[in-house]
Amino acid sequence: MAWNLKSDRPIYSQLIEQIQLMVVSGIYAAGSKLPSVRDMAAEASVNPNTMQRALSKLEDDGLLYSQRTSGRYVTEDVQKIMQTKNGLAENLVQEFIRKMNRLGFDGEQTVDLLNRVMKEEGQNG
Amino acid sequence: MDNILECRNLVKYYPGCLALNSVNLSVPKGRIVGLLGPNGSGKTTLIKLANGLLTPNSGQILVGGRAPGVETKKMVAYLPERTYLNDWMNVNTMIDFFGDFYADFNKAKAYDMLQRLHINPADHLKTMSKGTKEKVQLILVMSREAQLYILDEPIGGVDPATRDYILDTIISNYSENATLLISTHLITDVEKILDDVIFINMGNIVLTATVDEIREKEGKSVDAFFREVFKC
Repeated sequence: MAWNLKSDRPIYSQLIEQIQLMVVSGIYAAGSKLPSVRDMAAEASVNPNTMQRALSKLEDDGLLYSQRTSGRYVTEDVQKIMQTKNGLAENLVQEFIRKMNRLGFDGEQTVDLLNRVMKEEGQNG
Repeated sequence: MDNILECRNLVKYYPGCLALNSVNLSVPKGRIVGLLGPNGSGKTTLIKLANGLLTPNSGQILVGGRAPGVETKKMVAYLPERTYLNDWMNVNTMIDFFGDFYADFNKAKAYDMLQRLHINPADHLKTMSKGTKEKVQLILVMSREAQLYILDEPIGGVDPATRDYILDTIISNYSENATLLISTHLITDVEKILDDVIFINMGNIVLTATVDEIREKEGKSVDAFFREVFKC
């Protein structure tokens, strides 16, 4: 998967989001081994220190864990992965609501529109 | 000794021009640092002082705790802004040349990078394009297992695709304790791989920060911030 990094936000937090996304979407499956920090940094074209910091943070959060000799793995705790998934989804929804507010839509209007569009999509698809 | 490069009240002037105005600076080990500033801000002067090509008028510059000299040149892999290699040499000869000069030169690494960039080691420098010459020089410098790499405008003449390849090579090849000091104008291309940036202007250090600190505080890329700070 291609790393998609924006230039106006801290790299560190973007790396965290993208790795979370790769885990919840199954690119890095539960219990699987991650590539080395260097390889991941090279793949994302970022500084290895920054990649290391992002991975350490995800370890602290419990999404990843390290085994002293053999490397870094995705957690086997499916609950934890679901939790991360819900967290990411909530962030998306919050951002969506903020943007709709800026367009002048209140909560109810947003939900109405959302329902209508989803219904139309359902008919077309 | 946690700083690979240190400047203390470093002053350098040329006739009628103050190039470095009492610079204090510490560059720690294991970092990739961008030295950024407009033309004539003192970047190359600082780099030449670190390599012992110029001597300070006052103050100190220390590489690994020592004043620049034979011992520090063993530690520093330096890519100057202009080539010093002889036109008549081919790449093989230059690799032997570097191997003779530097105990830490890794020939296998050099040949591997040449191959990946499709450069024929039998080619003479004279017959190469500007970009290819730059690649060869960068390969020679990056093939050393140095403690400090100083790259003065390393990717200026290289096309964007190769630029990416070179930056990837830099990331995956420098050893963990080594420090890289890169002076460049191509901030957008390099800022993702930098830990820290140093802004220099008219001989003064105006800012040192990490890339993420700038992005967090200013809400913009280092490139955009640079354009704002040094707006003409």
